Amino acid sequence: MAGFDKVVKTYEEAMAGLEDGMTVIAGGFGLCGIPEGLIAQIKTMGTKDLTFVSNNCGVDDFGLGILLQGKQIKKMISSYVGENAEFERQYLAGELEVELTPQGTLAEKMRAGGAGIPAFFTATGYGTPVAEGKETREFDGRPYVLEESITGEFAIVRAWKADRYGNCIYRDTAMNFNPMAATAGKITVVEAEEIVEPGELNPTEIHTPGIYVNRVIQGTFEKRIERLTLSK
Amino acid sequence: MGLTREQIAMRVAQELQDGYYVNLGIGIPTLVANYVPEGMEVMLQSENGLLGMGPYPTEDQVDADMINAGKETVTAATGAAIFNSAESFAMIRGGHVDLTVLGAFEVDQNGNIASWMIPGKLVKGMGGAMDLVAGAQNIVVTMTHADKKGNSKLLKQCSLPLTGVNCIKKIVTDLAVMEIRDGRFHLIERAPGVSVEEIKQKTEGDLVVEGDVPEMTFA
Repeated sequence: MAGFDKVVKTYEEAMAGLEDGMTVIAGGFGLCGIPEGLIAQIKTMGTKDLTFVSNNCGVDDFGLGILLQGKQIKKMISSYVGENAEFERQYLAGELEVELTPQGTLAEKMRAGGAGIPAFFTATGYGTPVAEGKETREFDGRPYVLEESITGEFAIVRAWKADRYGNCIYRDTAMNFNPMAATAGKITVVEAEEIVEPGELNPTEIHTPGIYVNRVIQGTFEKRIERLTLSK
Repeated sequence: MGLTREQIAMRVAQELQDGYYVNLGIGIPTLVANYVPEGMEVMLQSENGLLGMGPYPTEDQVDADMINAGKETVTAATGAAIFNSAESFAMIRGGHVDLTVLGAFEVDQNGNIASWMIPGKLVKGMGGAMDLVAGAQNIVVTMTHADKKGNSKLLKQCSLPLTGVNCIKKIVTDLAVMEIRDGRFHLIERAPGVSVEEIKQKTEGDLVVEGDVPEMTFA
């Protein structure tokens, strides 16, 4: 790699340095906007005891769900899980730890983590099991819960277009958690549908500036649909 | 005879106003989109990052990158905006969404809601529900008035783990429209043919009934 060129040729290079016990922040909502090839690479590597911060955990044979088969995931920090039978089995057997986090709080934890803010107050979850053991404080007569931000050793992200410098644009609702995930990894890896030369993306339209991104790899995507619904 | 799911949605649709930004939850709330009054413009917010949700796609329009919060394939309406999840919940938590409609297991007379967790059953998560109830000024809960065994879901105090506290002010059930004020349920409307007696009997929480309670009307 020279200068700002962050493109790597192989998935091995893309995920180099991932070790047992690390925390990985993953973009995606359901199966939409997930970095499919990077997840497959983690499966190939067999890295264990990983903590994943991701809104969901895929399905049995796709998305993060494929890492459950080899018990590579120790803990999930998510807002909604259990769309897969193996997840349910491991969770009920006590083999998998789950920290359920409200979706907006999860997004803000990533955003704050990437922005150097260690914690924030939110009204979300006050008076519910989510707030148990957490500091609360009133502002203008309303109670709020102190939530700590999240960072990870790695962040894995799917972009639509990325340039060699790591500037990224996302497509439609495949954006979701990806921009926040991109900011919150010590090493952020972007798997892009298309890699372009610097200057080809309009600077005004860039969602994730390259400063957050360490590696960029060209991906190929199945883009599986979780719930196909058609107008009648 | 109580209302059907569609009729509950039709009654909730009467709460819409022209120019409203609305978040509809999964289930009956989703059906509200089918009953937006003619000539009225509302914009649907989907918390995965879409403001201006359109109808389901035709086979030609299907795009894996265009889904709603229920993970269903959708389209974007004319004038839609797409944004990231933090931005989406900034608009929710910041109180910018005009109306939120969501389902619940239980609501109590202090406006507490339980909608995400039944101890002993598999807990899948709260998704965006806690953020929605914490952020919205104007929430309508849709639910059946009682469970299949006839046990009231409108309680003095919720028995299940909460989604949010002191946040629910209006409920549309298969039997009634209720408001919560001063720590009590107030009966506003009855479903056609449903007696005040039946509603009283199926409401465990304190219920205020003032004067003749009108029946709901459907245009």
